[in-house]
Amino acid sequence: MAEEQTLKRAFAEAPPSVIERRGGRGGGRSLWVDALGASSILAILFALYLALIWAPTEAVMGDIQRLFYFHVAAAWLALGPSFGVVAACSVLYLWKKDLRFDRIASASAELGVMFTTITLVTGPIWARPIWGAYWTWDPRLTTTLVLWFIFVAYLMLRSAVDAGHKRARLSAVFGIVGWIDVPIVFMSIRWWRTIHPTVIASEGGGLAPDMRLTLFVAIGAFTLLYAYLLVVRVRQEDLATRLDRVRHQLYLR
Amino acid sequence: MGFLGQAWTIAWKDILGELRTREMVFSMLLFGFLVILIFNFGIEPGLRDEALVKPGVLWSAFVFAGILGLNRSFSSEKENDCLQGLLLCPVDRAVIYLGKFLGNFVFVLAMSLAVLLFFSVLYNVDVIAVLPGLLAILGLATVGFSAVGTLFSAVSVGIKTRDVLLAILLFPVLVPVILAAAKSSAFVMNGEGLFAGGSWLAMLVVYDVVFLAVSVMLFDYVLEE
Repeated sequence: MAEEQTLKRAFAEAPPSVIERRGGRGGGRSLWVDALGASSILAILFALYLALIWAPTEAVMGDIQRLFYFHVAAAWLALGPSFGVVAACSVLYLWKKDLRFDRIASASAELGVMFTTITLVTGPIWARPIWGAYWTWDPRLTTTLVLWFIFVAYLMLRSAVDAGHKRARLSAVFGIVGWIDVPIVFMSIRWWRTIHPTVIASEGGGLAPDMRLTLFVAIGAFTLLYAYLLVVRVRQEDLATRLDRVRHQLYLR
Repeated sequence: MGFLGQAWTIAWKDILGELRTREMVFSMLLFGFLVILIFNFGIEPGLRDEALVKPGVLWSAFVFAGILGLNRSFSSEKENDCLQGLLLCPVDRAVIYLGKFLGNFVFVLAMSLAVLLFFSVLYNVDVIAVLPGLLAILGLATVGFSAVGTLFSAVSVGIKTRDVLLAILLFPVLVPVILAAAKSSAFVMNGEGLFAGGSWLAMLVVYDVVFLAVSVMLFDYVLEE
């Protein structure tokens, strides 16, 4: 309470230079972010309709197969965009030393944990009736699990270091090493054993056209959701950084 | 003095310090022995696939004991601001990395050899007959382990929870090394020879080359002050 009053008073007395950038980076609402949010919600609803009602029931597996659309979409986001953005922004940060890249990498890693968790939870639910076991040490399963550990380790590292350039450097180094590691993990476990069905093979796999469409809609919807959440999270972090800076300037005066 | 000479000087500094204090290798060693001992209670004697379990026990011991050494690698430099002195050396950062890497490599390899001996007696594995193959695998795996381990040891050095953090950072990234080393040493222990698991050996080599190169490049950013 006392802090709030001090802040209010300091804010009232502050020179305009401190508070003038009200509409700057990370401030206020923005039409395109809202539009992105609305379209991702619509896309998710549409994907749900396609996956749960419209798509034909799989002949052998039955309704449990419908999980597959979200499982694959989440797995794609975890392995592709989430980790790709972490690695790319890590490289960009080390190159440009702009903390904004660090904030994007961190937001993407958080989403990576979320999508990897969705993948790891939906997989066993489907696998129990189909394979007869919740888990097998298959390359894709094991790689996803290792990926989850790498994402979590990345966030643990971040939480152990104070915000700033040092944290950005250390987590960027770990993000890059982890990203290079994942394909090697996959290859190593692939040689070890595999039973996972290959859905999208180069010959087209064994997917009916309706199911394929549903899958692509689900992937698109999840990707939109990822983009929206990433933007929101990065703006949040931008605001937090700005708030810190303003607070710092006000207290220093 | 050449590049390697400079790196060796830094490594020798660590090795000499260890020879005089003997504080790290012995604790690593004892810990490795203990892992071997504890695993023994988890494995039912006369298990049908006992032969398949043994390489796993060995590699668990190496990894768990090895990480103790990595923990000390950079934190020992914190005392008396040695790290500052190291960074002030008029050498490339890559040299510092290679020096620390060489030191860790020597420590982990020395520990592994002793643990291997202990393992061979307690688990009735005749390692003498298959020693050249095992040594090759051990060497390759230790390069990969120390390459990433040295980098992450430097990453975690200034952090309060560094001991447990290092394990959390390192283990997921080490999965290919552990898998490839355990698999190829299973081939060797079964008497099928080193090259029966040829693709696993290739994986170890690829991992070593990739992560040594990446670590040398990234190390510059880790200790930037």
